Amino acid sequence: MQLEVKNVSLRFGGVNALTDVSLDVKQGELVSVIGPNGAGKTSLLNCISGFYHPSAGRITFEGHDLTHASPHQVTKYGIARAFQNIELFSGLTVLENLLLARHTFYKYNFLEAVWVYGKAMREGVANRRIVEEVIDFMELEGVRKALVGNLPYGVRKRVEVARALSLSPKLLLLDEPMAGMTLEEKEDMVRFILDIHERGTTIILIEHDLGVVMDISQRVNVLDFGQLIASGLPEEVSANPRVQEAYVGVDHAA
Amino acid sequence: MMPSGYDLKKHTLPQLLRMRAQSTPTAVAMRQKDYGIWNEVSYAEYFRKAMLFANGLLELGFKPGERLAVMADNIPEWLYAELGTQAVGGISVGVYQSSLAPEVAYVLSYTGCAIVVAEDQEQVDKLLEIRSEIPTVRTVIYEDPKGMKAYDGDPWIMSFAEVLELGAAYQRKHPKAVDDLIDQGKPEDVCHFSLTSGTTGRPKAAMLMHKNLVHMGVALQEIDPLKPTDDYLSFLPFAWIGEQMMSVGMALSGGFAVNFPESVDTAMSDLKEIGPHVVFSPPRVWEGIQSNIWVRISETYAFNRWVYKAMLSIGYRAAEYRMKGRPMPLGLGLAYWFADQIMFKPLRDQLGFLRLRRAYTGGAALGPDVFKFYHAIGVNLKQIYGQTEIIGIAFVHRDGDVRNDTVGVPIPGGEVKIAESGEILARSDAVVAGYWERPEATLETFVDGWLHTGDAGYLTPEGHLVVIDRVSDVMHTSTGQMFSPQFIENKLKFSPYIKEAVVFGDQRPYLTAFINVDPQTVGKWAEDKGIAYTTYIDLSQKSQVADLIRREVHGVNEGLPEHLRLRRFVLLYKLLDADDDELTRTGKVRRKFVQERYRPIVEGLYGGVSKVRVDTEFKYQDGSVQKVSTEVNVLEAEPSAVASSEGGYVAR
Repeated sequence: MQLEVKNVSLRFGGVNALTDVSLDVKQGELVSVIGPNGAGKTSLLNCISGFYHPSAGRITFEGHDLTHASPHQVTKYGIARAFQNIELFSGLTVLENLLLARHTFYKYNFLEAVWVYGKAMREGVANRRIVEEVIDFMELEGVRKALVGNLPYGVRKRVEVARALSLSPKLLLLDEPMAGMTLEEKEDMVRFILDIHERGTTIILIEHDLGVVMDISQRVNVLDFGQLIASGLPEEVSANPRVQEAYVGVDHAA
Repeated sequence: MMPSGYDLKKHTLPQLLRMRAQSTPTAVAMRQKDYGIWNEVSYAEYFRKAMLFANGLLELGFKPGERLAVMADNIPEWLYAELGTQAVGGISVGVYQSSLAPEVAYVLSYTGCAIVVAEDQEQVDKLLEIRSEIPTVRTVIYEDPKGMKAYDGDPWIMSFAEVLELGAAYQRKHPKAVDDLIDQGKPEDVCHFSLTSGTTGRPKAAMLMHKNLVHMGVALQEIDPLKPTDDYLSFLPFAWIGEQMMSVGMALSGGFAVNFPESVDTAMSDLKEIGPHVVFSPPRVWEGIQSNIWVRISETYAFNRWVYKAMLSIGYRAAEYRMKGRPMPLGLGLAYWFADQIMFKPLRDQLGFLRLRRAYTGGAALGPDVFKFYHAIGVNLKQIYGQTEIIGIAFVHRDGDVRNDTVGVPIPGGEVKIAESGEILARSDAVVAGYWERPEATLETFVDGWLHTGDAGYLTPEGHLVVIDRVSDVMHTSTGQMFSPQFIENKLKFSPYIKEAVVFGDQRPYLTAFINVDPQTVGKWAEDKGIAYTTYIDLSQKSQVADLIRREVHGVNEGLPEHLRLRRFVLLYKLLDADDDELTRTGKVRRKFVQERYRPIVEGLYGGVSKVRVDTEFKYQDGSVQKVSTEVNVLEAEPSAVASSEGGYVAR
């Protein structure tokens, strides 16, 4: 198991955001987390990426304990995340945003940076190469030098995923990468996700579009009111009566 | 030693590439932008890759005369595949990368391709969709490995890199095999299929010979010389003849380095970085760049706009002289030098046109205003004319003899004549061998070496060719004069005030027209002039509007020979509309229907009356119908022609 979430609970005062959630993700898997609004999907991602620390339970990634790790430590272990509400610097170009994402890997000192020699030069070239590969992969060549704030929403979403990819992650967390997109943009994004997965990157996907989720996920986990109510193959999950209940509600007249 | 001039025509394209790789191995043949960096490819490397690909083809059992299709964007691999195929005596076939699967199926089965080079997963998926319909295709070669892992087990599909590896192994075993095949090539061998646009029926494959492409390249460079160190940006589809003649014909006959943009979307910014010496684009690209400039100027500060306008008016005056190749008067020369320094040079720099020596437009008509605009800002834009069957350029303007109403004179080694029917016939070494497996069409189109273009046209006294229309669309007046209504309509529609025009005259003594004024521009014009109007009917019948349009018609008439001039016209009281069946859904005029529907007005145009009373029905979107009765003025196009014998109607 690459990622193990064991009996994780998360409480805010009297609210139980997550209750005793356990799930495992194997190396190279494409796993989805679905559930109604407020089910705790983003909270779960926040626990994995170090924004929240679980009130109980344990999270490990390739032997590293993430339970109390900070976001930048999590990044160094090889986990990157694309946010639902695009977290980019709108006054910087696409290229600058992606280079900035890699700053945790910069090792050169102030003087080297000022004169751009030694490590600063070598790392600068290496980082640019990695970022350019991501630009090529996500087909962002046309907007490389465009300010992020001037880009249409669908492209910004793609830049957001590219920013996460720039960290060369082993595990990529995608929080609703297709929310608010047109059908064509969605189809493109699905293609990108499949291509990222094909390169061997493990992916945890949160998504509301069940059609997409059922089509591309290898396993689906369903959260409802902070509890994991189902987990398994897409067809198993969609046939599960508890899942149907969570989505369409209970027919009280029956 | 590299031969030069017409001696090049004794060699095939792979032979020319081999000679170039030997005489100037380190010279830059191409550049491709990848990961944000321009990477150079030398002639030695170009030839090495083409050789590896050729050897790979032999390993795959590809035989001389077999066809290999390429469906890819503009990437160096396109040329490696094309030249590699030609090296072993094969024929490359260009397939538009935007073609839908059924179109691809048609092209591949019609040309019986044995191997297909498909750029990426998107193209390979199309082929998989039609796999059962293309039994002749033995192997599919993809260039971009992204997303291709899922196809790993399929022996039908392999990567470009694998083919080069196979080629390297084959070359070690048979080091002279491809070289011998290159030696056997003759200039008269068919080397490439280019699909004709196919506006009528399914596309036909024109069979290009080596000597066609080389002749075109050499002949054009005789009048418009280029240097091997010049640059060219290749961003239009290779399946199109225009890109073949530039990137293959012109480049290998001594032209320039071919630069490939990073992706389709970045072509315009890559153009700026390359700063090409020569550009060839269809009109839509020129129109696009111009409107882009307009948009940006209209968004800038008032002062900048004022400078732009002032400088441009100098530019327009200078353009008159430059297009005719006449020296400017001293004052204008100085003014233009100043305007060039402070505005046109920076503007051209912004567009990537600073080093541009010549630009060509072809494929469709370009508005005279657009033409003049480019000459005003210092871009030497020239019209070309030609078909796929004569390698794209058969006619071109000479420097200093550019006219916006002709397509130029034949390039060296080319002849032209006008048939009895008015059809343009052309002959040169660039005329292709015929159509693949279409013997009847070949016999009709190629007669004694003359290419029957299917276009009607005439020659001006100075030998310039004017193209009117497709032969099938031309009409004759009752005095037997040939004319094309569409040709004149297009000229009218270049005016911003004219939205639609319908020209009549078939079996009539002279030409007349219906004109729809543009409600937006004419409405705005009327407001600016303080002319009050209520509806479109009212606006269209205002005498001031009639004068405005008369000036536009006069301008069009001036550029036409006597027998094509419009004598009378009406400003129609309603816009022609597809909902009333007057236009097709794609916006083309249904001439016969319009003529029937407005018969009284047409009769009025030829009856010598000055007003026609019409009763008409308006169909509203909810289906209700309203009857309207109105009067339409019949206008003389050149009223002063009657009044004064000189016909000197003074415009402006």
